[in-house]
Amino acid sequence: MSLEFTSSEMMSVTAARALTSDMTCFVGIGLPSEAANLARLTHAPDVTLIYESGTLQTKPDVLPLSIGDGELCESALTTVSVPEMFRYWLQGGHVSVGFLGTAQIDRYANLNTTLIGDYREPKVRLPGGGGAPEIATNAKEVFITVKHSKRTFVKDVDFVTTVGFGRDGKARDNVPNIGRGPTVVITDLCILKPDPDTKELVVTSLHPNVTREEVIEATGWEIRFAESLDTTPEPTAHELEILRDLKARTNAHHAGQQ
Amino acid sequence: MAEFLSLQEAVSRHISNGDTVCMEGFTHLIPFAAGHEIIRQEKRDLTLIRMTPDLVYDQMIGAGCAKKLIFSWGGNPGVGSLHRLRDAVEKGWPNKLDILEHSHAAMACAYEAGAAGLPFAVLRGYVGSDLPKVNNQIKFIECPFTGERLAAVPSVRPDVAVIHAQRADRKGNVLVEGIVGIQKEVVLAAKRSIVTVEEIVDDLGASVNACVLPSWAITAIAEAPKGASPSYALGYYDRDNAFYKEWDGIARDRETFQTWLKENVFEKGAA
Repeated sequence: MSLEFTSSEMMSVTAARALTSDMTCFVGIGLPSEAANLARLTHAPDVTLIYESGTLQTKPDVLPLSIGDGELCESALTTVSVPEMFRYWLQGGHVSVGFLGTAQIDRYANLNTTLIGDYREPKVRLPGGGGAPEIATNAKEVFITVKHSKRTFVKDVDFVTTVGFGRDGKARDNVPNIGRGPTVVITDLCILKPDPDTKELVVTSLHPNVTREEVIEATGWEIRFAESLDTTPEPTAHELEILRDLKARTNAHHAGQQ
Repeated sequence: MAEFLSLQEAVSRHISNGDTVCMEGFTHLIPFAAGHEIIRQEKRDLTLIRMTPDLVYDQMIGAGCAKKLIFSWGGNPGVGSLHRLRDAVEKGWPNKLDILEHSHAAMACAYEAGAAGLPFAVLRGYVGSDLPKVNNQIKFIECPFTGERLAAVPSVRPDVAVIHAQRADRKGNVLVEGIVGIQKEVVLAAKRSIVTVEEIVDDLGASVNACVLPSWAITAIAEAPKGASPSYALGYYDRDNAFYKEWDGIARDRETFQTWLKENVFEKGAA
């Protein structure tokens, strides 16, 4: 028996599965937040979720629209100031995973959320760094989730807002007190991981019914595939039910506040 | 001691053209009422500092109040772009806007250093990022004890801090609850401060470790009920997420924005 699911649902469920109950996760808004809360509501009930607004160990019932919705504060164990969040909890080494989204990502998992084009004359101005530049270096490791497209997966990002492994794959070498960096990238087509030596992203698992050609077509560089390429397990009925409920609750909540 | 003023008087007396102004509130307690009063009083050439410019600065930038923006995340949270900010940066409308951008960690540290009276903040930051290439206020220093390379940014020490809080007592002590962001730091870092509050009460009802700003650390207090809307004030009203989504359509177009500004800011006087 095969379940009906969308590629977005496949992405969220796969991203959620990357988290476990023993992790302390600094959560970015959007896709990472959806995945992190799905994990908490399914297989990882004890995962500790932290948002940069200062909310420690939060358990929102609906997904926040902003990083500081009241829901996050009211369902948190405690709420600290923003300097304390970044200085003590993140820089102090208490975050095991930073979970980030992005507008552009390149072959060395560098992230661009600053702009498309030239800095002084941007074609498209994006929001900027936010918490990501230091989450990516101060968390012990980084998970990234983003939809796969040629516009997003580029050979070299226009601007390194947040470092993956740098322009040459070596940005973390010999830097003291820095996390391992991106260890997994989850898209709506596949799972990618950095090559242990070169740090270039390699496809390690294709989602069900996704072909190599589709991934090649949606990637802006000559993407490599692992020798033993896996097929990502399908979402379970339970995961899909929880995810759909969460999204329906969230939409109703945000629409109902006229 | 803090002086109780009307919002109109507080803004008129304490904010001048050309000032450096920080209106803080990290996705909570954003001082919209004060922002609208600044727009109505047609303040100009302000250097605006805020970690997340949010709708409040989008409105002020679109209204022509700003010449420079220092920030760390300039989007409409969960919705998309700040179109007035983008129009100013990309097309120079209604005037050219200089920008200087940081990361959240650096700005949080810069506010804290400002409150601590230090000239700069130090952090383990900006490793491998291109931000130091486009922001000459980001430098790297060597730790005198370990030799570790660390980032340094100047502290934020504005002319004026503007925040919104839940309540003040009649002596002018202020209670901030919930996501406290960098409310305390920005007030202590600034030369002058304006605090708008939901209400003025006999007793703050603060617990022993609550975030309380004493009256003698504040310049002016103005009562402004719903003064953070469409942001929120924990315990008073929720974030108007629907308006944040609606803003995308309003701000996308210059004329729609100007109509909105006229009807919702200029034709509505301060409380």
